[in-house]
Amino acid sequence: MKVVVQLDALDPYKEIKHHEETVLVSGKHGGVVSFVGTMRDFNDGEDVTAMNLDHYPGMTEKHIEAVCQEAMDGWDVMDVLVVHRVGDMYPADPIVLVAVWSAHRASAFDACRYVINYLKERAPFWKCEVTTEGKKIWVEHNSKDPGVAESREKLA
Amino acid sequence: MDIDVKFFASLREHMGRTSDKVTLEGEATVADVWGQLSSEPMPSNILVAVNKEYTDLSQVLKNGDEVAFFPPVTGG
Repeated sequence: MKVVVQLDALDPYKEIKHHEETVLVSGKHGGVVSFVGTMRDFNDGEDVTAMNLDHYPGMTEKHIEAVCQEAMDGWDVMDVLVVHRVGDMYPADPIVLVAVWSAHRASAFDACRYVINYLKERAPFWKCEVTTEGKKIWVEHNSKDPGVAESREKLA
Repeated sequence: MDIDVKFFASLREHMGRTSDKVTLEGEATVADVWGQLSSEPMPSNILVAVNKEYTDLSQVLKNGDEVAFFPPVTGG
């Protein structure tokens, strides 16, 4: 399990390849399911040109690690990698990567969805968007994935 | 006891600072810390963490604790 919060730009597919080449044992996993969250150029009817992502160093990593551990304990998965950006970013930039490796696909799909949903619910990050008029807007809440309750039930 | 306080995101802007230090006498809770920082009640959407774990206003504190106040989280 690896969790990284970084200021640097994120190349999610390079991260997956690097993790497979340096951490995982070749040939042992049957697949990887990844979720890549990217920045939109719109939100709540406003055109968005840039975004700053704030976080609480230490608490953020701790809570992502806890969610990843729950996924590792709850499903038959081999490894979980999360890389999350902070700082200034622009539309289409990758914000977050969740990658889950397992022997069989069902566990990887379920665990990946669990990690992104609970990361969004619990990890202390805050988005501040900049509109085309230069107005700064703090995003007040994340949208809910209807699968959250379902994946919680499966884990329970 | 001495408590380190942190504010994040829109609350940091509202409070006009990123951190603060509060000194309290006797047994004290997170609510007492907020009471030292602001004359306004804590907004209902604000979340609380002590030593980087989520908690609430009723948590009893010890010397050196780090108390953070912040709005709902919006990562991912």
